[in-house]
Amino acid sequence: MYLFIASEIMLFGSFFTAYFFVRIVNGVAWPTPPYHLPVFVATINTFILMTSSATMHWSTVSIKRGNVWGMRAGLLLTFLMGLAFLTSQLYEYMRAGFNTSNGAFPTIFFCLTGLHGCHVFVGLSILAFMTIRAFRGHFSAENHHGVEIGGIYWHFVDVMWIVVFTTVYIL
Amino acid sequence: MRNPLRSEGEAYRFLWVVVLGAAIIIAASFINTWLGVAAAVIGFAWLGRWLLQEPVPGAADPPAVVTSGTPPGTHRVLVVAPPGTQSLKVPDGAEVLVVVPALAAAHESLTGAVDDRRHDAEATADALAERLNGARVEVGADDPALAVEDALRVFGADEVLVAGDADGMFEAIRERVAIPVSRA
Repeated sequence: MYLFIASEIMLFGSFFTAYFFVRIVNGVAWPTPPYHLPVFVATINTFILMTSSATMHWSTVSIKRGNVWGMRAGLLLTFLMGLAFLTSQLYEYMRAGFNTSNGAFPTIFFCLTGLHGCHVFVGLSILAFMTIRAFRGHFSAENHHGVEIGGIYWHFVDVMWIVVFTTVYIL
Repeated sequence: MRNPLRSEGEAYRFLWVVVLGAAIIIAASFINTWLGVAAAVIGFAWLGRWLLQEPVPGAADPPAVVTSGTPPGTHRVLVVAPPGTQSLKVPDGAEVLVVVPALAAAHESLTGAVDDRRHDAEATADALAERLNGARVEVGADDPALAVEDALRVFGADEVLVAGDADGMFEAIRERVAIPVSRA
């Protein structure tokens, strides 16, 4: 787990280094005029992702108490909210009005949010398998390691989004 | 050191700690940019201190030594033989369990690349099983002290014999168990 955390810190760290270099060392305005960041959509997305973490936690707590249907509902809701996040992020990309050929700002923006989007995609894949297994009756109060591990990854993805959202969209 | 991703519950709590920290930094930066920088520096320093704290008081204490015993009238010996051991002399008339720990380098243990070391240990265990008629020979964990501890859970022994001349392994086992440990 420590190696995983270290590798993720280095991966995101390299992208954040590029971001801070462009924004602070080069002194480029963020976002570069005349572009605008879709802050409202990103804020809604943040609430969706935070809620999905709550449903993920509800799912884990439910199965620990032997509430199988609570776990299934929690996993399904988490998956749907993750899917909503990813879909709206792709929609946001299409309507952004800039692409990677427009300079350093759009490149860093797409790299940072895209890297996080890849993590969400991996998390969604894990959630899909977890949900299918849950509906097939694979988890119980005594045996729910798969839900626990998937939940840890999902919360990690949400933590990274808070960092990305704060630095790229708000500050 | 605290691992914020050790369990789902801890990861969930860590998420809200990060949300709270981000909210404070955002609020401070809206008041003044340098106030935001100061909030970030204090926040990261606090996070570092929190991560370095012991999550459960006493968790870093050394583990208790393992005691062991055998039924009356029996004499059991646990023998630790590192991979590559060619021959062993075991006490006559005793029930013997030989454990071959799959010794691995630190980087191999850390990355989980212990398959080759386990194959080496299995080869040694097979060879010793042929030579020691009647003795059980098993492959143990990559940490010799842990291999002994595991073995004593299922095979109560009166003494532990350590083959080979690795001082580190001998001392590590002697510190870990409360029964006599000597060299084979």
